Amino acid sequence: MTGMSSIVKTVTRWVSPFIFAFGIYIALTGHLTPGGGFPGGVIIAGCFILLTLAFGKEATFRLFNLKSSSVTDSLAALSFLCMGLLGYVFGSGFMNNFIESGFPGTPFRLLSGGNMPILNLAIGLKVGASLFAVFAYLALFRAIEED
Amino acid sequence: MVLIQVFLVFAIIAALVAVEAPSALSSIISLGAVGFGLSVAFLWLGAPDIAITQVVVEIVTLVILIRATIARGVTEIRGNESKTLLIGSLILFGLGSAFFANYLSDFPEFGKSAMETFSNPASQFYLKFGLDKAGGPNIVNDILLDFRAFDTLGEATVLFAAILGAITLLNRKVFIGNGEEKE
Repeated sequence: MTGMSSIVKTVTRWVSPFIFAFGIYIALTGHLTPGGGFPGGVIIAGCFILLTLAFGKEATFRLFNLKSSSVTDSLAALSFLCMGLLGYVFGSGFMNNFIESGFPGTPFRLLSGGNMPILNLAIGLKVGASLFAVFAYLALFRAIEED
Repeated sequence: MVLIQVFLVFAIIAALVAVEAPSALSSIISLGAVGFGLSVAFLWLGAPDIAITQVVVEIVTLVILIRATIARGVTEIRGNESKTLLIGSLILFGLGSAFFANYLSDFPEFGKSAMETFSNPASQFYLKFGLDKAGGPNIVNDILLDFRAFDTLGEATVLFAAILGAITLLNRKVFIGNGEEKE
C-alpha cells in the first residue's frame, strides 16, 4: 500500500493534527461537555486510520507502530486499574473518587471531577490504540494464503 | 416528534436495503445509513453522548469494513432462497409480533424515561447529587466514571479481551511461526 494521490496527502497533512487534537479534547473534557473517553479514543484511532489510508502503512508505522500501540493499550488499561486500586489506599474503597473527596475542584473547570479526567484519558488512549491495532491487522496484513 | 419518526423509518428502510442488497459494498454503506439515522434520532431524543459515540463508531466501522471487504475481494453474496427459510422467517415474524402486541401496553410512553414509572428511581438520585458528589456537570460521565466506575472497568476489560483475541487471530506470525513478514 503506497498511499493515495497528492491532493489527499496534502489535505490529510493539514487536517490530521486537528482531528488528533479534537479527539484529545473530547476525551479530556468528557466530564464537562458531551463526549467522553470512548468517542475521543475512536476519533484518535480515526486520525491514524486516515494517515494510514493516505500515506501508506510504512509512513504511519514510523509515527506509531504496532508495538507502541499494544504498549499504549496495556498501559492505559493498567492505569485505569491502578486508579481503582488507589481508591483503596487513599479513599473508601475500590474505584472511589478519592481526588474529588480530598481536593474538590470548582465545578465547570477542567481540573474538577477528581479522577474522572484521568480515567477518561486512559479510556481514550486505550480505545484509540486498540482500534488502530485492529485496523492495521485487519486491513493491511494479508491473510494466510489458502492452499 | 415527527422528525424522530422520519429518521427511524429511514433507518428501518436502510436496514432492509442492507439485508437485500446484492453486493457486500452496498450493504455496508446502507448499514452506515442505519447508524446515521439512529444517531440523529438519539440527538433529537436528547442524548448527545450516545449520538457522538454512534457517529464516530459508525465512521470507523464503515472504513474498516470497506477496507477489509475490498482488500479481501469479497464483493458478492449469493443468497440461499429456499422455501423453508421463508416459511420459518414468516413464523418467527408472526410469533414476534404477537408477543410484541401482547406486551405493548406495558411499555412506557415514547420519549419518556422508563425510570419515572417507579416510585423512587435511581436516576433521580444521580440527577440531584451528581454534580455535588462526583463533581462533573456531565451526568452521563458522572455515572460512568464515578457511581458506576466498576461497570466501566468491566467494559474496558471486555474490550481488552476482544482486541487481544482479534489480534491473535489476525496475526499471521502466530500461524506461520517463522516470525518474518512477507508482502
